[in-house]
Amino acid sequence: MIPSFPHRQSAHCESGVAANLLTHHGLPLSEAMAFGIGSGLFFAYFPFIRINHLPLTTFRSAPGRIIRQVAKRLGVRVTFRSFRNEEAGMAELDRLLAGGVPVGAQTGVYWLPYFPPALRFHFNAHNLVVCGKEGDSYRISDPVIGEPVLCGAADLKRARFARGPLAPNGKLFFLTNVPKKVDPVPATREAIREVCRLMTRIPFPLIGVRGIRYLAGQVESWPSRLGERRALLYLGNVIRMQEEVGTGGGGFRFIYAAFLQEAAEVLEEGVLLDISRRMTAIGDHWRDFAVAGARLCKGRPGGNDDFPALARIVRECADAEHGLYRELDALMRNGRHAVRR
Amino acid sequence: MRKKDVPQDRGLFGEWKEVSYALDDDGRYVLVPSAGWEPANIANDMAWESIEAEVGKIAERVRAGELSPLAYHMARHQMDPGLLAGYAGLFRWQVRRHMKPAAFRRISTALAERYAAIFRITPGELMEMPECDPPAGARGPVIRE
Repeated sequence: MIPSFPHRQSAHCESGVAANLLTHHGLPLSEAMAFGIGSGLFFAYFPFIRINHLPLTTFRSAPGRIIRQVAKRLGVRVTFRSFRNEEAGMAELDRLLAGGVPVGAQTGVYWLPYFPPALRFHFNAHNLVVCGKEGDSYRISDPVIGEPVLCGAADLKRARFARGPLAPNGKLFFLTNVPKKVDPVPATREAIREVCRLMTRIPFPLIGVRGIRYLAGQVESWPSRLGERRALLYLGNVIRMQEEVGTGGGGFRFIYAAFLQEAAEVLEEGVLLDISRRMTAIGDHWRDFAVAGARLCKGRPGGNDDFPALARIVRECADAEHGLYRELDALMRNGRHAVRR
Repeated sequence: MRKKDVPQDRGLFGEWKEVSYALDDDGRYVLVPSAGWEPANIANDMAWESIEAEVGKIAERVRAGELSPLAYHMARHQMDPGLLAGYAGLFRWQVRRHMKPAAFRRISTALAERYAAIFRITPGELMEMPECDPPAGARGPVIRE
């Protein structure tokens, strides 16, 4: 085992892996900072991509983006390897571990024996760090779990070579060329601007704030289009994507609010504290949606829980987020650190 | 969300707790352990209920002789023919064919072993429909009301 590997539990696997790996290599970074500098915040609703026959809703950027972006912005090199051959994939992992390198891995969660049973679906974009080998087992720092755990070689192999959508193909990654010191200011600015761009300026109706508004319209139309039973199934799925797998609630909005607090110090911009508070309120409002939606799913609707009311909450979130990203973008363009290049 | 509002309902994480971002009394974000949150549980329960319903429907059709036990093992592992074909290194149409009882009875020993290894059962168990069996990886510690 690599004795010094700093396992810290996180709300989200990919930002947790990125933060723990960077910290191990001498660039101490919180999960929230990794999430922010990796531009992890996102929204997209793709009714034509089906997972278990239900439309895909995502509140975060595509798997792998956070690690790539955070490394790029901090000037760290990440080497990615994937494998056709399972034996070769395991041998390469052993070789790296023997050299004292903690190795990031993309896995499915269905075959991981230590994973909470209630969350074992065929989801293939989970990230973890393998930080040692003990006999025929691997020591794994899985950022959503409290402590490093042991996992048998056969189980890890299965999880690394899971099949289906987003199949990991044994993907491994590790950091090389980690600089001694980095300037977080340009990295933070650039990262914030990218989120603002993705959320407000992509001319595609299913992405960003426009995507959130589109979802609102869909929510309204579900009962008449799909019938009550399927409408509830669709609704439950959105709530799951928003609240499950350790998103810290409110679909990553709270992690981003935590990042904005840290960014306020890094950039010496007090205004960011205020924007962070507003982001928290938006996260809380997304949670209101989950509460009302879950009541409806449970068949115990409160006074004004119905699909139009839910759509209204989603629309309010969209409006609030739109205003926030525009201000944030203007601040990054014109604020104290607006160095034009 | 404030630190004192971090929900501690029944959890999805079993022996573990998840961590949530919440504000402390000074308005700073801190990581707070959370046992679980009821709306997330309700959404998770719904997903499992629809899997269980699907498995139950298929189990009945296997007992009625309309489908082979393979269809049951597949559903129990939340797989569709495409996903199982991926694991078995077959084409989707081959898996679909093996979902019919007659074709399934005639598969080779080698292929039966390959299917059985995916589900971590013996080839003998593969050919049978178990009496009663919850979906694999089922909800575990979740307490139903």
